[in-house]
Amino acid sequence: MKVAVQVTCINDAMFPDTGKAVFTLLRRLGVEADFPAAQTCCAQPMVNTGYLDEAVPVVRNFVDAFAGYDAIVTPSGSCAGSVRHQHSIVARRSGDDRLAATVAETSPKVYELTEFLVDVLGVTDVGAYFPHRVTYHPTCHSLRMLGVGDRPLRLLREVRGLDLVELPAADECCGFGGTFAVKNAETSTAMGADKARHVLDTGAEVLVAGDNSCLLHIGGLLSRQRTGVRVMHLAEVLAGTESS
Amino acid sequence: MSATFVGMPAFPAAAREALSDTQLRRNLAHATGTIRAKRAAVVGEVDEWEELRLAGAAIKDNTLRHLDEHLLRLEESLTDRGATVHWARDAAEACEIVASIAKQHAVDEVVKVKSMATQEIGLNEALAAQGITAWETDLAELIVQLGDDLPSHILVPAIHRNRAEIREIFRDKMAAAGRPAPDDLSDRPAELAGAARLHLREKFLRARMAVSGANFAVAETGTLVVVESEGNGRMCLTLPEVVVSVVGIEKIVPTWSDLDVFLQLLPRSSTGERMNPYTSTWSGATEGQEAHVVLLDNGRTRALADEVGRQALRCIRCSACLNVCPVYERTGGHAYGSVYPGPIGAILNPLLRGTGVDDQVDSLPYASSLCGACFEACPVRIDIPEVLVHLRSKVVDAHRSAPKAEAVAMKSASWVLADSKRLGLAERGLGLAGRLLGRFGRKVMPGGRRALGRLPWPGSLWSNARDVPAPPVESFRAWWRREGRR
Repeated sequence: MKVAVQVTCINDAMFPDTGKAVFTLLRRLGVEADFPAAQTCCAQPMVNTGYLDEAVPVVRNFVDAFAGYDAIVTPSGSCAGSVRHQHSIVARRSGDDRLAATVAETSPKVYELTEFLVDVLGVTDVGAYFPHRVTYHPTCHSLRMLGVGDRPLRLLREVRGLDLVELPAADECCGFGGTFAVKNAETSTAMGADKARHVLDTGAEVLVAGDNSCLLHIGGLLSRQRTGVRVMHLAEVLAGTESS
Repeated sequence: MSATFVGMPAFPAAAREALSDTQLRRNLAHATGTIRAKRAAVVGEVDEWEELRLAGAAIKDNTLRHLDEHLLRLEESLTDRGATVHWARDAAEACEIVASIAKQHAVDEVVKVKSMATQEIGLNEALAAQGITAWETDLAELIVQLGDDLPSHILVPAIHRNRAEIREIFRDKMAAAGRPAPDDLSDRPAELAGAARLHLREKFLRARMAVSGANFAVAETGTLVVVESEGNGRMCLTLPEVVVSVVGIEKIVPTWSDLDVFLQLLPRSSTGERMNPYTSTWSGATEGQEAHVVLLDNGRTRALADEVGRQALRCIRCSACLNVCPVYERTGGHAYGSVYPGPIGAILNPLLRGTGVDDQVDSLPYASSLCGACFEACPVRIDIPEVLVHLRSKVVDAHRSAPKAEAVAMKSASWVLADSKRLGLAERGLGLAGRLLGRFGRKVMPGGRRALGRLPWPGSLWSNARDVPAPPVESFRAWWRREGRR
């Protein structure tokens, strides 16, 4: 099976450690994955803000970059959701039949990281070690757009040393929402403040999620309030071992 | 009593004000939390809930596909049963029809059972301008009307009020509108309801004309259906000599048996009850009564013409989407500037009124984080996030001739993101900035990464409340290349 990793633009530019963790993890599980260097972004920022014309060249670049792979793994529920649900809309809008056909071929091959681990590789114990008190935030797009269910929790429960505590009102949105975070900044931070309060209520040292964009928002609030709680992408937790 | 949504600011500005009202925040969180829990419990009791949702959506979609035929059928059935059918293209026409019926009967006051359609067209204000007073008889509507206030929820229009505030409104305003509240009125719910009951009974017994909406209109039998909890609907529909019903053209269901599905979906989704307390059905005019039905378009055919947006016309006004929406829970309904607030309002208003014309309406599709909780709760499976994104693209397209700073930014982002070499260069710039800022950045975030300071506008929209980690010195792409992995 030829596997590619879609690192995502935000991880590429702002959170390279998450991308590295995905490769460390996959290699440990016997998967030699590629990073097709032509990749950039899934076009979600444009689509969700209403700029469909501007999304067309970005989607075109996406399908070209990932052509020929059997599976495309991404450490982002939101980007996986965007590829599966929005690329066809953008392609239809472009009027380019070849693009529409390529999109239809590529989209079903995209897996959010936990889907790939649990469904394709069939593992929940990835041999990880992380001796901390952790709480998990299921991001909206993983939860509702993709329906990843309890896959992330099943993976976390197998991590040695990890003390997993339940997050109150876990399924409520953190308020990030892409450009919503600046277009409706006050409402966004009001939602995020409630999320941060729930995180503090758990007494966890680390908040884990499968989307760095949501963590950028919640982590930014937790840091501004000087709570001492750090945020980490799930891939980084799963990549850790006793020797690392 | 002249409160109006006309001239409301765009959502972000209206929301800012609501967010600073701590009493409102507490009232809303408590009320929506309570209804949410009740709904989840009773929905959980129905094994075939998903099949019911699919059936509800299918009935509505099929009906909308042949709406013209069903409407003519409805008109014929109603006329056969002695009702007079009127067609109204817009709010002004509908209001004029109701006012002229009132005048024909020399009536200067009407009682109303809660109706979203009449609120949508501003009927009370239009009647007042012609010297006719409309009295709301739904308890929550009465609170809103007496308080010279605006509704903030589809099902619970006074959700933003607590009982202490309601006691004050009754004590201060009831006398001017009819029977005064008792002098020793407390804020106990039973006493408040008792005061409203006595106040309203006078109105029911005196009024000669009533105005209603309809939750459903059955085409085959010409039957209108009103679903409510207090019995005021039954009073309005049976006591007066003239009943005028203002009905949106999307309220139609073809047959009586189609109703079955919706009478299961609606109460569980809206009030969290297995069955609603009062279901009134009437077909045409009953003996000694005159019945009029105003079939209202007011933008519905515009919504129907929108291939993605037309699913919004499935809406049965249950308000389940409001009660699960994290944005609504924090801003309340007034911020949406319409009688249709919350997620459904964020799509229904632009669909009914059109995009690209009004800044307030254009701000609504953006009043969502696209979390999808509304779609999950919707009993007729309206994919609200899908419609929101679609409407955002219509807003953007409507303003393409005069591009804003945002459009320029999106165009540049698109240019950079269409090619990995351009993105690589941009990241190198970001890395340089990161090296510089990392040296100057004083704050260390939990986990050890340095944070940037407060950013200038538009970055300040983010950094006013949230720390921003300094960009990494090396992007993933650069690391991959340096490692020689290819």
